[in-house]
Amino acid sequence: MNEELIISGRENLMVDPQLHIWHWPIPLYLFLGGLAAGVLFFAALYYLLGKEEQYRAAVRRVPFIAPVALVLGLAALFYDLNHKAFFWQLYTTIRIQSPMSWGAWTLLVITTASFIWCALHIREFFPRWDWKYKWLKDIEVFFNKNKKPLAWVILIFAIITGVYTGILLSAFNARPLWNTSVLGPLFLASGLSAGAASIVLASKNREERLLFTKIDLIILGTELFLIVHMFMGFLASTQVQQEAAQLFLGGPYTMVFWIFVVVLGIIIPGVLDLMELWGKHIPALIPGVLVLMGSFAFRFVFVFAGQVSRWLY
Amino acid sequence: MRYAMAVDTKKCVGCSDCVVACQTENNVPIGFCRDWVVEVTDGTYPQLEIELRSERCNHCANAPCVRCCPTGASHIVEGGIVLVKPNKCIGCGACIASCPYDARYPHPKGYVDKCTFCIHRVKEGMKPACVAVCPTKCMYFGDLDDPNSEVSVILKKRKSKTLIPEAGTQPQLYFLI
Repeated sequence: MNEELIISGRENLMVDPQLHIWHWPIPLYLFLGGLAAGVLFFAALYYLLGKEEQYRAAVRRVPFIAPVALVLGLAALFYDLNHKAFFWQLYTTIRIQSPMSWGAWTLLVITTASFIWCALHIREFFPRWDWKYKWLKDIEVFFNKNKKPLAWVILIFAIITGVYTGILLSAFNARPLWNTSVLGPLFLASGLSAGAASIVLASKNREERLLFTKIDLIILGTELFLIVHMFMGFLASTQVQQEAAQLFLGGPYTMVFWIFVVVLGIIIPGVLDLMELWGKHIPALIPGVLVLMGSFAFRFVFVFAGQVSRWLY
Repeated sequence: MRYAMAVDTKKCVGCSDCVVACQTENNVPIGFCRDWVVEVTDGTYPQLEIELRSERCNHCANAPCVRCCPTGASHIVEGGIVLVKPNKCIGCGACIASCPYDARYPHPKGYVDKCTFCIHRVKEGMKPACVAVCPTKCMYFGDLDDPNSEVSVILKKRKSKTLIPEAGTQPQLYFLI
C-alpha cells in the first residue's frame, strides 16, 4: 500500500480536500467569452469578404450578442475575484507570461470594439435612431470611414479571445488535465461553433442559414477530432495525464462529459445539421440550442474536472 | 543568495509544532495553515515504512505562481523567497491553481497568502518560526550559496530529495532521506 495523509489537519478553504478555487462564474465567463468571440469573428469575416448585404444577420444583427455576453462575462469574472477592490491592478501592467494579464487587455479591446461595431449597426433594430450629441455622430462617421480596419481588429482579437479562454487553463502545469496545448484550438472551435449556431438561430435568410449550418458542421467535426486527439495525447503521456484522462474514461466526469458535451453537444447536432443539408427539414432551434448547451457544458466540465486533477507525490 | 530549507524525514516525529508555531508567528487566520505535515505509509504489513514530512511553499526557483500572476503581486525577492503583495493581489486564484503543491490559500481578507520563509525573522538574523520551534531539530535553514551554512552542510552530508521536481518548478525545500 501507499497512503499519503496530511496529519496536521490542513483544511484550507477552497484548497482542501480538493482544489475548488474557481466556481461557476469562471466557466460561465469562458462560455460567454467564447460565444462573443465566435459571433464577432463571423461578423468581421463576412464583412471583410464583402458579403454584408448577403449575410445580414451574421454581419449586422447577431453581433449584438457580443457586448451583452462580454459585459455579463466580465461581471462574472469580477464576482469571482476575492480581492475585488484591487481589480484595477490588472490594468497597471502587462505580463506576457501570464495569460490572464494579456487576456484582460484583450478583453478591454474586444469589448470596446464590439460596442463600436454594434453602434454602427444600431439602425438595423431602430431605423430612426439618431445620436443625441454631435461628438457621438462624429465618432460614428469616423468608424464608418474606418470600418475595414475596425473589422480587422475585431477579427484578430476575436481569435485571440477564443484561444485565450483555453490557453488560460492550459498554462497550469499543476493541473494535468488542463495542461495540454490542444485546449487553445479546442476552446476556439467550441466558441466558433457557438457563434455559428447563434447565427443559424437568428437568421431568417435560408441561404445564410444553410451556409452557417455547413460551417457549424465543419467546426463540430473539428471539435470531435480535437477531443479524440486530446485523449490520445493524454493516454500516451505521463502517469498524471493518464490519470487526468481517467476522470473522463470511467471516473466521476465520464457521464456528464460524454453525454452532455460529446453526444448531445456535438454528435446529435452534427447529424441534424447533416440531415438539414441533405434536404430534410429540421427545425433550426434544435441543433442550435444543443450546440450552445454543449459549449456551455464543456466549459463547466473542464473547469471543474481540471481542478480535481493533480500531481501525486 | 539562495535561501533553502531541509527537513530531516528520519528525525521528524509529526508533532505539528511547526504548524502551530507558524500560525502563531504569522497571525494565520483560524482554519488555515501555511505549513502542514504529511505522513506517507508504504509497503505491506508487517513491513511498513513511514515517512514524515513537514511541508510548505517550496519557494521554487522557477515558480509557476509568479509566472501566471496577472498583476505582479506574486514576486520573488532577494534570496529567492516567493512573496505576495496584498495590495497588488486581486484574488483571482490563478496562483492557487498553478501551484502543484497546493501551498497557497485565499486569505479571508481577499488576497492570497502563503509561507514567507518568515522573511521578517530571517532579516533580523533569526530562523523561521517552524525551524526555531522544532523539538527534534529536524529542520535546517540557510543560504545555499554559502557553503558553510547549516543547510549547505547538511545537504552535502546527507541524501536528499525534492517534491515533484518533474513539474519543472526547481523547488528549494529539500527532504533528507
